[in-house]
Amino acid sequence: MEILDYAFMQRALLAAVLVGVTAPAVGVYLVQRRQALMGDGIGHVAMTGVGLGFLLSWSPVWMAAVVSVLGAVFMELVRWYARTRGDIALAMLFYGGMAGGVMFINLAPGGSTSNLSSFLFGSLSTVSPSDVTAICVLAAFVVLVTVGLRRQLFAVSQDEEFARVTGLPVRFLNLLTAVTAAVTVSVAMRVVGLLLVSALMVVPVAAAQQLTRSFAATFAVAVAIGVSVAVGGTVTSYYQDVPPGATIVLLTIGAFILLTALAAPLSRRRARAQAAARPGADPAECSIPASRPADGKVGA
Amino acid sequence: MTTEPVITLRGVRAELGSRPVLRGIDLTVHRGEVVALLGANGSGKSTAVRTVIGQVPVTAGEIELFGAERRRFRDWARVGYVPQRTTAAGGVPATVTEVVSSGRLARTRFGLFRKADREAVRRALELVGMADRAKDSVDALSGGQHQRVLIARALACEPDLMIMDEPMAGVDLASQEILAETLRTQVGRGATVLLVLHELGPLEPLIDRAVVLRDGCVLHDGPPPKAVGQHALPGHDHVHPHAPADAGPIRTGLLS
Repeated sequence: MEILDYAFMQRALLAAVLVGVTAPAVGVYLVQRRQALMGDGIGHVAMTGVGLGFLLSWSPVWMAAVVSVLGAVFMELVRWYARTRGDIALAMLFYGGMAGGVMFINLAPGGSTSNLSSFLFGSLSTVSPSDVTAICVLAAFVVLVTVGLRRQLFAVSQDEEFARVTGLPVRFLNLLTAVTAAVTVSVAMRVVGLLLVSALMVVPVAAAQQLTRSFAATFAVAVAIGVSVAVGGTVTSYYQDVPPGATIVLLTIGAFILLTALAAPLSRRRARAQAAARPGADPAECSIPASRPADGKVGA
Repeated sequence: MTTEPVITLRGVRAELGSRPVLRGIDLTVHRGEVVALLGANGSGKSTAVRTVIGQVPVTAGEIELFGAERRRFRDWARVGYVPQRTTAAGGVPATVTEVVSSGRLARTRFGLFRKADREAVRRALELVGMADRAKDSVDALSGGQHQRVLIARALACEPDLMIMDEPMAGVDLASQEILAETLRTQVGRGATVLLVLHELGPLEPLIDRAVVLRDGCVLHDGPPPKAVGQHALPGHDHVHPHAPADAGPIRTGLLS
């Protein structure tokens, strides 16, 4: 494996593995609470952090983490207090974040918008040793939260009202989810890029759902898909000289299409097995017109 | 009946938007009692239970749970809540066991499940007759089965008080009977129950007291009103679409 001989590739591959784990691990909660596009918004806000990093010559990864966490906290506050007008506030936050990034990077000595492009779409050769340290620390935080608090986060994302009545600190957990998503954006920024981060949070989860029936399995399969495409995309990008972020995202969408195609015969087989295991549970005696939905849900 | 109050509402007022929904409700539920909150759509019965669990802010009046002021009340493991069934599910599949396990969190430390917790979840599923569906996705269930899962979720923390919002809405007859039986078991072991109902239905023999609301005021507090006319016929069931929130009170036949 000559690919592992290069230090920059070792760093890129380590970063890719961590991105592959963390992005779907947070994404599964975002998808569950139907905030699939939250990662995209945070990605826009993080641009201001990157710009500030250049301007102040601090680590762009840490600055992106700080700014996107502040942005995520603001988004949660908007969700609590603004309700109906919230989308306008969020729009201003997203585009303000993007404009701030472009502005700051142009104000930085010797900086121009072209510096931004490796952060927007990801780049392998630019993952520095200090970036790797930052990515490892931030990824450890993300894994700790998403795995350690999985039952609490599941309960809050599934039914917020019920979670409150069980005495869970719902506001804190919502805030923690938003902060964790923001941290994940900074983890993924170097490899996938800010504009493509959200895809790696959402698409592996959507792909995993084609096969799974439980939350735990969805989580595990999504992380497995995330790691496979992140590593696969990074390796491909090394050999074929194509941008890593775009390769990873296209591979993820490919995995989604593949699993969706596989899922249809699988669910048919499952339904047959279920019907065989529970004779009489779903009476087959009375013939139902073919046009009627098969699940026979009771309308509320 | 023992005298120890489990739920106390004194002069409770609440607004949704700027519209007054509760206009001074007094209600006491004693230990071991089964109280049904009845009334037409828009009468404030759902809002009333939602003030009890702190989901609707109160503009005036006092609420106590187990003798403690509601804002100071922390012992949520003693309360099992069954929300009105929503058709909107989460965006990720979840099994029956996973959903019911959420109800056990109040009894765990930092969400760590021990053997006793897993057993409590299994027992709750057995109580509602859903143990054989434990590993199925909740998306694959019928309306009645889904409701049974939500009740199992509330039972998983072995509560002293059950608060249920329209548990019979959209539930098939077989599930209704199982729910009535589950409730009977809970009452038998001394649980207190406050439930919002559209009509008494198969739960009628269990109910000690009915509180009827109209336009945010208590209209009747006493023995359950008897159904009259064709409403009293066995198997009679109301199936009417929910009226818009600003519509006038609908005659349910409970009081006419």
